[in-house]
Amino acid sequence: MLEGFNFRIIWEYMPLYMQCFAATLWLSGLSLFGAVVVGIIACAMRLSQSRILRSIAGVYIETIRSTPLLAQLYFFYFGLPSMGIMLPEWLTGVIALTLNSGAYYAEIIRAGIQAIDFGQIEAGIASGLSYIQRMRFIILPQALGNTIRPMLGQAIILVKDSSLLSLISIMELTRAGQVLTSERFTPAEGFLTTAAFYLIIYYMLKAFSGWSEKRLIFREAH
Amino acid sequence: MWGFYFNELIRSLPFFLKGLYMTVAVAGLSLVFGTIIGFFGGIMRASRNKPARMIVGAWVDLIRGTPFLVQIFVIFFILPGIGIELEAFPAAVIALTNLTASFITEIVASGILAVPKGQREAATASGLSNYLQLRFIVLPQAIRSILPPLVGQYVLLVKDSSVVSAIGVVDITRVGWLTVQRIPEGLMVFGLVGLLYFAICYPLINLSGFLERRMTVASTKL
Repeated sequence: MLEGFNFRIIWEYMPLYMQCFAATLWLSGLSLFGAVVVGIIACAMRLSQSRILRSIAGVYIETIRSTPLLAQLYFFYFGLPSMGIMLPEWLTGVIALTLNSGAYYAEIIRAGIQAIDFGQIEAGIASGLSYIQRMRFIILPQALGNTIRPMLGQAIILVKDSSLLSLISIMELTRAGQVLTSERFTPAEGFLTTAAFYLIIYYMLKAFSGWSEKRLIFREAH
Repeated sequence: MWGFYFNELIRSLPFFLKGLYMTVAVAGLSLVFGTIIGFFGGIMRASRNKPARMIVGAWVDLIRGTPFLVQIFVIFFILPGIGIELEAFPAAVIALTNLTASFITEIVASGILAVPKGQREAATASGLSNYLQLRFIVLPQAIRSILPPLVGQYVLLVKDSSVVSAIGVVDITRVGWLTVQRIPEGLMVFGLVGLLYFAICYPLINLSGFLERRMTVASTKL
């Protein structure tokens, strides 16, 4: 199968791949940061006392979770210009990714907070800890321990989802594969190299996930 | 102008229904095949056979570590190079089946491993064969923890099926993409696209949540 596999072409296109690898990293990094912020806000709204805030967050989360990212991406890509808002492609892509992952982060954070036994908080109050101390020593360490794994899992999904940005002609890893394929008619070299770069990110995040879980959960247990 | 485009959109509704049919066809076929393969994969992944475990594990990592878009391109553009010509539709079903099977493998494996070890030991002591143990002891108990995430996986399947539009399968997303070239109201067109996905996914998400509550109650009763 790999008889005609041409490493020389891959080497020739390596600068393009490195550039696109960097693009994937910063596009997903930026979206990840935005998504966590949006997630925290949406989660706070969902858990708030106000009924209006609760239902706004609910509609946002359910809508995002029930529709595909690609449809959301096209919604912004074709929809914003029709409203007269002209944004560069990369920004449209980052907005779509941020809003998409933000809904999932909201759910992850909510699950992490709600998993904490209320008795823990009561015990903290009874021991005379202040609100900040309770947050710092009781709630947040446990919530972080509960959520670190699904959060990193969502980060992996986010990196993979960023491949869809190639469909609105943003230069990133998948686009690099398409460029190589269309210029040299070598889909095997093009897309397998792209896949290899994604696997590097995946294994790094996975290793980090295993390591952090061991550290955090272990500390909680003792 | 908006009203004119709205009427145009109403007139192209049959086109959207065709797209809906295509999405249901691709997702439905992949759901059936993916579930069957995933159950076998999961049983192998949870088995005591180390080579089988490792091979299945490597496959799962490979699929989880790369974006679905790249997998579709690999199947659609590289397989012809080694003599397997595929139309867009079978290529889409194969890619989506492969993706779903790998995720269901993990769900089934963790469901099986969650069954207490004593159950298996008792079954062995009672003289049940491996097959009988699986059929009457392990799977009936594992299904409680498998079912909710399994339905959740079907939601992801429907959403991921939107990506097959990239190789020209005329599903809902592709219909939206084609329509928006003619009716330049992105918000309206992709609003409709989102609505159609919502109609499929939202009931499934609620079913998953319902099963989760139901199964938790059932297992605490035991």
